[in-house]
Amino acid sequence: MSASNEYTPATTTGRIANFVDSRVGASGIVKEFGRKIFPDHWSFMFGEVAMYTFVLLLLSGTFLTFFFDPSMAHVVYEGSYVPMKGLGMSTAMASTMDISFDVRGGLFMRQVHHWSALLFVASLSVHMLRVFFTGAFRRPRELNWVVGGVLLIMGMAAGFTGYSLPDDLLSGNGLRIIDGVMKALPIVGTYLSMFFFGGEFPGEHVIQRLYSLHIMIVPAVIILLIVIHLFMVVTHKHTQYPGPGRTNDNVVGFPVGPVYAAKAGGFFFIVFGIVALIAGLFQINPIWNYGPYDPSPVSAGTQPDWYIGFVDGALRLMPGVLGNFSFEWNIPFPWGTNTLVLSVLLPALVPAGAIFMVMFAWPWIERWVTKDNREHHLLDRPRNAPFRTAMGMAGVTLYSVMWAAASSDLIATHFHVSLNDVTYWLRTLFFLGPIFAFWLTRRICLSLQRKDREIVLHGREAGIIQMSPEGAFTEKHEEVDVYKRYLLTNFVDRQYIPAEPDAAGHVSGSEKRRAMISKFFFEDRVAPVTPSELEAAHAAHGHHEVEGNKADSIEK
Amino acid sequence: MGDHSHGSPENSGTVAKADDVAQDRFPDPGLPPHRPRLADRDPRAAKRHERQVALLFTISIIGTLFFFVAYFVLGRLGEMSFAELRVQNAALGLGTGFAMLGIGVGIVHWAKTLMPDHELMEMRHEITSEADRQDAVEIVDTIIEESGIKRRPLIRNTLIGAIALAPIPAVFMFRDLDRTGKTAHQMIDQMRHTMWDTGIRLTRDPSGTPIKASDVQIGSAFHVVPEGINETENPLNEKAKAVVLLMRMDPAEMQISEGREDWNVDGIVAYSKICTHVGCPIALYEQHTHHLLCPCHQSTFDLTQECKVVFGPAGHALPQLPITVDADGYLVAQSDFHEPVGPAYWERG
Repeated sequence: MSASNEYTPATTTGRIANFVDSRVGASGIVKEFGRKIFPDHWSFMFGEVAMYTFVLLLLSGTFLTFFFDPSMAHVVYEGSYVPMKGLGMSTAMASTMDISFDVRGGLFMRQVHHWSALLFVASLSVHMLRVFFTGAFRRPRELNWVVGGVLLIMGMAAGFTGYSLPDDLLSGNGLRIIDGVMKALPIVGTYLSMFFFGGEFPGEHVIQRLYSLHIMIVPAVIILLIVIHLFMVVTHKHTQYPGPGRTNDNVVGFPVGPVYAAKAGGFFFIVFGIVALIAGLFQINPIWNYGPYDPSPVSAGTQPDWYIGFVDGALRLMPGVLGNFSFEWNIPFPWGTNTLVLSVLLPALVPAGAIFMVMFAWPWIERWVTKDNREHHLLDRPRNAPFRTAMGMAGVTLYSVMWAAASSDLIATHFHVSLNDVTYWLRTLFFLGPIFAFWLTRRICLSLQRKDREIVLHGREAGIIQMSPEGAFTEKHEEVDVYKRYLLTNFVDRQYIPAEPDAAGHVSGSEKRRAMISKFFFEDRVAPVTPSELEAAHAAHGHHEVEGNKADSIEK
Repeated sequence: MGDHSHGSPENSGTVAKADDVAQDRFPDPGLPPHRPRLADRDPRAAKRHERQVALLFTISIIGTLFFFVAYFVLGRLGEMSFAELRVQNAALGLGTGFAMLGIGVGIVHWAKTLMPDHELMEMRHEITSEADRQDAVEIVDTIIEESGIKRRPLIRNTLIGAIALAPIPAVFMFRDLDRTGKTAHQMIDQMRHTMWDTGIRLTRDPSGTPIKASDVQIGSAFHVVPEGINETENPLNEKAKAVVLLMRMDPAEMQISEGREDWNVDGIVAYSKICTHVGCPIALYEQHTHHLLCPCHQSTFDLTQECKVVFGPAGHALPQLPITVDADGYLVAQSDFHEPVGPAYWERG
């Protein structure tokens, strides 16, 4: 290439930009992403909140590592918090006290870190719910759904490993519970516990090990998963809500530069600002009130961080003994008697395992039942997928009952009711709640769909009362405009697909089961209004009622 | 959910027949017309928004300055009272909060009012085109062919064997996560025992003073550890197993099973404080009902029935520590617990 062909920028900025461009190919990146279109909707921001709180976790967490010492060596506290002076505790606890009381802004950073962690898991969860209820997990995004689910689990792992680090009384009791759950695992449980704690509980090693996991392995995996997640978002392009002009083949929204970048970038600062306000004004995890870990005391009303609550609640709901029947089974083997601790194993593993398994498998379950293997880039309004919305609400209800159970003692003391009654009610709701939620949600969705039909067919109430010459009063109805009508009528109308024979003419058992589920899901359904139905409705009601201001509404 | 709920398909309109779904649809009217905002038409409104954005950025600057006031003026290192620390913490939060919100809200306000709000459209692309797929298959085939891995099964099979074996040492590397240096058999044996033994005095937790039988009144409860626990190699490990609740009740109210008749001293009984569910300390004693309650998961044990489980998730009764009095009138253990304390585990039996 001759020198004369090369572009020579006029300004200094231009020269720097050109220097970088000619070495890393920035022009291509700008061309690809500079005006890439992102659809805009408030519900798309939950994922952003998750990412931004994770950035805050990295920033505040790095600060904390500069001062925190994860050793379990015994020291006598000599810091500036007077009530604890002279008290024996682990170095981990003492250094956490020092961060809180003797590092300026240290308490603020601890609280930013803890609140961000709570918000991180919360926004991940709400983001997953958004994706589920709008059907954004469908082809081609099934794998990204799985990545998101693993991110949620890793978020909980990061939270739990971090929660235990200060080695205070509250988190120590949390570890004690983990020890109890580990020991309940058949065959390997006792060994796992010994390996984890470096011997018997609590030992002198577990905080260091949790620290390695918390600051290295877990965040590294989370970062890797976030990168994969975003890479797939770019590959697939973002989903969009249905509406006029939005099809399965296009993306309607704002370009990255400047609008989307400004909004998303500005949003980071908003999230940061809100977390900073919360961290400044609301106390979290006051370890100086709990004291150092000691296996003997425990305070009443102990609670885990919110995202572990559902497992803790399940542990509380399980009856250990019913009458004279114990859920701890002593099984005689030729080499001696072994104990199967179902009273811990069942609640610790089964509900959480079932929720996550159904969650991970759901895209494939739905594809199997609906036989719908098309790509979907248009989201469902939740009401237009009553079966899915109802399943989701059943899961949310199951989760919420377990979560509420983690506060059973506080519910009892705050509302002055018997703790035992609260537990019996929650046990009942654990089984009946999801069924009721499924039924109720489906009915609500179907009703909302009927309302949509009603609006399209008869228009909306204009609030104008007319009196006919005979003296009858009627309310004038205004026909909805074409844009709204398109939104209300344009959705995938899923139907019951009866069992179909395969190529050999045989109807397999799995196909019969699929048909049964399909019937259960889609037997009751509300179809979108069709133009011919609207025509018929117009004819039946007399044109004058619906075409009141046709000129404004239908005209494009 | 029967057929009656949606009427007859012919007249209710709520059931679409399969063949009209595809054709009978309202046409897409396209994007709704763009509505100009106030700032798009009125330069004065645009100027007003501009000033608002600048004001928000100024608020951010003030917030940052306020942070420094909070850090240096409110935070006097090493001599702060707890109340002052709280004020400083709140001020740091307010300063940072306004510094960040000023920037964030300012930028978003700028984007929403002054940057173009025309929605644009772009087309989606196929994720994998058929041509790409065929090329990729060809490339993979070439790679496999050139490596010869299919033609030389000896190489392939030994490689698979080597790769399968190679990570196993890494698993064994973790054997010494258990730092006790004991065999599994020794460890499981250790789990069955606590430091209680014949003649070890019951002492108060945490003061360590021994307890005379005459000090224990009916209805009272003591948190108890074995004498000399702080001189052991790892007091917390010993405490996690040996901690005991000591209570006295009217012997007439107690149901005592065979073989335990002499485990109490005139109604003074000692039970393991570690919950048999997942190991929390059982800190609550309700004198009136003689119930012990674990605050973690609400397992409830009835003291009158030898701490049998009466409610909650625990699967077996609390182990009882047999006690007696020594020559000086102090309470001592007769022996260790007769069963493992704490949560159940596979080898418990």
